Amino acid sequence: MRFVDEYRDPALARRLAEEIAGLVEPGRHYKLMEVCGGQTHTIVRWSLPELLPAGVELVHGPGCPVCVIPMGRQDDAIAIAERPGVIFTTFGDMMRVPSSNGSLLDAKARGADVRMVYSPLDALKVARENPDREVVFFAIGFETTAPSTALTLRRARSERVGNFSVFCNHVTIIPAIKAILDSPDLRLDGFIGPGHVSTVIGLNPYRFIARDHGKPVVVSGFEPLDVLQGTQMVMRQLAEGRSEVENQYLRVVREQGNPLALEAIAETMELRSTFEWRGLGFISQSALKLRPAYAEFDAERRFEVPGVRVADPKACQCGEVLKGVIRPWECKVFGTACTPERPIGTCMVSSEGACAAYYNYGRHAGRRRLDRSRPDSDAPAHAAAADAASAAGGRG
Amino acid sequence: MGSGGSEPRRERDVLDAIERRRRRPRRKLLDSRITLSHGAGGKSGHDLVEGVFVRELSNPLLEPLGDSALVEAGSGRLAFTTDSFVVRPLFFPGGDIGELAVNGTVNDLAMAGARPLALSAGFVIEEGFALAELEAIAKSMGKAAAEAGVAIVTGDTKVVERGNADGLYVNTSGVGLIEHDLRLGPDAIRAGDRVLVSGPIGDHGMAVMIARGDLELELELESDTAPLNGLVETLLGSGAEVHCLRDPTRGGLATVLAELSLAAQVGITLDEASLPIRPEVNGACEILGIDPIYVANEGRLVAVVAPDSADTALAALRSDPLGREAEIIAEVSAEPPGLVVLETALGGTRVVDMLAGDPLPRIC
Repeated sequence: MRFVDEYRDPALARRLAEEIAGLVEPGRHYKLMEVCGGQTHTIVRWSLPELLPAGVELVHGPGCPVCVIPMGRQDDAIAIAERPGVIFTTFGDMMRVPSSNGSLLDAKARGADVRMVYSPLDALKVARENPDREVVFFAIGFETTAPSTALTLRRARSERVGNFSVFCNHVTIIPAIKAILDSPDLRLDGFIGPGHVSTVIGLNPYRFIARDHGKPVVVSGFEPLDVLQGTQMVMRQLAEGRSEVENQYLRVVREQGNPLALEAIAETMELRSTFEWRGLGFISQSALKLRPAYAEFDAERRFEVPGVRVADPKACQCGEVLKGVIRPWECKVFGTACTPERPIGTCMVSSEGACAAYYNYGRHAGRRRLDRSRPDSDAPAHAAAADAASAAGGRG
Repeated sequence: MGSGGSEPRRERDVLDAIERRRRRPRRKLLDSRITLSHGAGGKSGHDLVEGVFVRELSNPLLEPLGDSALVEAGSGRLAFTTDSFVVRPLFFPGGDIGELAVNGTVNDLAMAGARPLALSAGFVIEEGFALAELEAIAKSMGKAAAEAGVAIVTGDTKVVERGNADGLYVNTSGVGLIEHDLRLGPDAIRAGDRVLVSGPIGDHGMAVMIARGDLELELELESDTAPLNGLVETLLGSGAEVHCLRDPTRGGLATVLAELSLAAQVGITLDEASLPIRPEVNGACEILGIDPIYVANEGRLVAVVAPDSADTALAALRSDPLGREAEIIAEVSAEPPGLVVLETALGGTRVVDMLAGDPLPRIC
């Protein structure tokens, strides 16, 4: 397939893997965090860690938009969905996310009118087709999806669709990366930056990571070769003692991002003073809400929502996984009480969640590699463990 | 997260425990209500069947849970099957609900190696449904039945109030005669066997998803719906030693292979590079974040054959118009029992599990 097969070429992948191996300083252990859930999915689906040398570990970051939504917000969503007269529209991924009272799929089975849509414009269409119903769109995602919500809000206002509103849960990536950098739990060597978010925000927001924290950032795409090349570029910076923001995803990402998209977001949304992230806790100025000019389309103003903070189930360690502090299999309930069919935490729901990706794709591959890197092998113990971890889909 | 020798061991324990659990069918259903997941042809549906119907209705003919039940009748063997069709939209590129309902049941019989003898058809129709559409559907059922060489010999009609049945639901049942001594089924699968698929995968599911119009994708893609009894006859008549046949409908190729590996307690290694997938299907799957190996087919079969029969079987399939694009896609091994492993085009490996939940698109 044109424009896809080129980025999945086995010979090129091997060459990149060899180049990465050539950049490894003997005895050093590297931890690179990929920030986007789409990249996590690619890494595990294509078993990229099997291609990487021992000692280069890919750590999964907080870039899965489904995963970072705290349970309280899911409770709010279900409370709105179960109001009489409401049609609640959502991306498919959110249907199975558990709240303290089941998932949206369960709410649908109890009688709520929950419909899956592929874009907020579809939700607006549902609103136009059902003028006697209240149609709510469950908006989630980083700067990647916020522009389409923004454009939908503009259109709803210009077309005066009075029965449409947005339950806004858009979050911004930079504060989350800051929180990770400030976390004492984790030492990272560099970042593979999120490709789609960067098409919107550009490269400049990442400069502080290179400048103030001395860590390389390479904004990368989502195909296997993109991720491998991004890894290679981070490793090259480390080998040469540089820390810069580089762009692997040149075919899509511009340095200034997409000014029109940013303008649409700025016109319709503003920063919340604070927002709770699953696992990362409350982070100031890390999420978006509708501006007062769009108040009539704000589901949180139109409907009373419980707005209660709900603690994650005790056993769930999504927070630690999202921060990259533990690997999916280190969670106490991974694969036992928490599976893709019956998830406890968000990371097991979305295909971009580290746990779901690892559960669905990674197990056998992980075991094979483990068998080759028993402690009695020639490799140093830390390298063997790192190899095992990376074979198993990285940490977190 | 320190490093050290005990960690890989602990990870291996976790992975082993998961694999053991995967291989053990769950007989207790944990849900309290039916959700759409139970109908998606994946794990939840499996759990529902095991946890409710097998538990309550258990008998030796039901238990194998094949595409058809095999019933001894006098000196012969009959295959008996039923299937309901709730597709939306009712008409889609390459077919409609009527054609699908006939082919679906014909194919379930064919997978048992049976020659279809007779079909029944039941209709649940919504008040207000256009008669012209019903006539079109009946007409295409007649055409599909003629093509498969079978007659629809009995039927039933119910009309429900407006707002129910989303236009029309169709159920078909079928009886077929098994005229050979082959014992087709997971029990016959052996290490070393090869797995073939009769043509490109994912055409039906993707054609219907696009025809729903929600995606605003435009693509020239038709459902693969077709009766496979002729193709099966050609395959069985070729002299190839066939061990098992399945049609990968809901849940797609991946779910069928996962079921076979569990039922036969064998490992199946799938070669991603050899999978026949149309570029249009691949492209649409990329956009939607869906893996084509989970997308439904309605005119494809999966055949497990003895290793030295693989080439004969491939040639036989390719000699028929419906199998022209057949490929050998996988190999059976003794280890790891109950697991399907896919070798990626890049040379890595990953596990292929049954579908969990709907094949839902990723959001970014």
